[in-house]
Amino acid sequence: MNLPIYLDNNATTPMDPRVLEAMLPYFTQKFGNAASRNHHFGWVAEEGVDYAREQVAKLIGASEKEIIFTSGATESDNLAIKGVFEMYKDKGNHIITAVTEHKAVLDACKHVEKLGGKVTYLQVQKDGLVDLEALEAAMTPETILVSIMYGNNEIGVVQPVREIADIAHKHGALFMTDATQAVGKIPVDVNKDGIDLLALSAHKMYGPKGVGALYVRRKGPRVKVTAQMDGGGHERGMRSGTLNVPGIVGLGKACELAYNEMESEAARLSALRDKLQASLTELEESYVNGNVAHRLPHVANVSFKYVEGEGLMMAMKDLAVSSGSACTSASLEPSYVLKSLGLSDDLAHSSIRFGLGRFTTEEEVDYAIEVTKKAVTHLRELSPLWEMFKEGIDLNSIEWAEH
Amino acid sequence: MAYSDKVIDHYTNPRNVGTLDKSSTQVGTGLVGAPECGDVMRLQIQVDENNVITDAKFKTFGCGSAIASSSLATEWLKGKSIDEAITIDNMDIVEELALPPVKIHCSVLAEDAIKAAINDYRVKNGLAPIELEKSHH
Repeated sequence: MNLPIYLDNNATTPMDPRVLEAMLPYFTQKFGNAASRNHHFGWVAEEGVDYAREQVAKLIGASEKEIIFTSGATESDNLAIKGVFEMYKDKGNHIITAVTEHKAVLDACKHVEKLGGKVTYLQVQKDGLVDLEALEAAMTPETILVSIMYGNNEIGVVQPVREIADIAHKHGALFMTDATQAVGKIPVDVNKDGIDLLALSAHKMYGPKGVGALYVRRKGPRVKVTAQMDGGGHERGMRSGTLNVPGIVGLGKACELAYNEMESEAARLSALRDKLQASLTELEESYVNGNVAHRLPHVANVSFKYVEGEGLMMAMKDLAVSSGSACTSASLEPSYVLKSLGLSDDLAHSSIRFGLGRFTTEEEVDYAIEVTKKAVTHLRELSPLWEMFKEGIDLNSIEWAEH
Repeated sequence: MAYSDKVIDHYTNPRNVGTLDKSSTQVGTGLVGAPECGDVMRLQIQVDENNVITDAKFKTFGCGSAIASSSLATEWLKGKSIDEAITIDNMDIVEELALPPVKIHCSVLAEDAIKAAINDYRVKNGLAPIELEKSHH
């Protein structure tokens, strides 16, 4: 076992060597511009792109004509939300999303508000799931788009996308999903799930950084988005810019591998994740955040009360994890996703996200469990809050001097 | 964020972790910060009849810099008179630990904890608390 151990696969994944192998010829030998339709070099590059388009489409049950290549999920989210708003604003100006969405969605929605759009940011329930009744109640005749992520990046909660899609469609709105964390990890099917637009990214599924795709439905209904980039009219005019051929080939290969290996890999990872969660919650006052049944197989988000996340991460120096604490930021505001579950600020500050991945071994998980338990126990001995808790003092009864 | 070796050393081997008897008139306790801000520091001093700090203990809930700042503060407090201790400035801590700008807050907390502990001791012994103006940087 090599240290440090990487357990931050929600941030990014290492590239699978098989993906790299597929990409390499496209840097030096097959370097043509996929838009060069009049010579061999262009055709070879185009073939690579066409094949990747099929690989991506297959993974999500789409047709290859519905795949628009982008620079990643952030661009896909922006193109979908701003593009739909601009295309359909004469039909209505209302968009619905949730407070637990990724910033790429939330900030694109803020942009739409500046353009005169109206956005409803749905609160979620305390397990992180969208309240379907609240969604239904928020729908108006002006609603053109509902954008709810498939699986959450911080807590791993998987939303009831089919039900959400049905509600959106019933009211004549499109359904978009940021599926960055879900695609390649759990079965995602744009037809079964009723998805009209879907954002995905290669580097979250063992592919390269800087490449992703937007799925845009072509039939029932035919969805259109207004391009956000002007230029050569690439990607059916929706996303101009010379195609990142090696990246796209890598994305395609990553999708193919995920398609072939998803089932066994999801079973393996959820077993490891369950073991991790069960062992860590043996510690007193530790809690798994987010719905336990509806979640991605590789994500565990755990709060350890009375210790602070960043301090904890420092004690687990051989583990690369992530914290919902914001002690590194000037605002001192902890994760908005955790807070939206109703977690108190101190509990949100005390959270650690473990993101397992394709290359995570059981030995590494066992090591992570041991190191985390030791670190939590050590830091609690240092924690005045833990001491007060043990003495039975109600921390809410203390008048804290805020800084 | 890369921490200095001194922060890592204090964090890994914190000095003077513990609890003094807060009901003793010789003990001053300062509890600053708030759980919702992500850091709470408790600093305690034991003072002898000559106004000299003979012992100091801390417990801190917070990030590595907060733990290191309070650990360093207890080291500095021991052996100092109350009058000397009150002059410890947060920027001294920043400098000693090479804290990055985003972590200056932790040193402020330590300075405030020192002053709060001294004032607790003063009040317990019938002295007026020292005005805690926000002198730190």
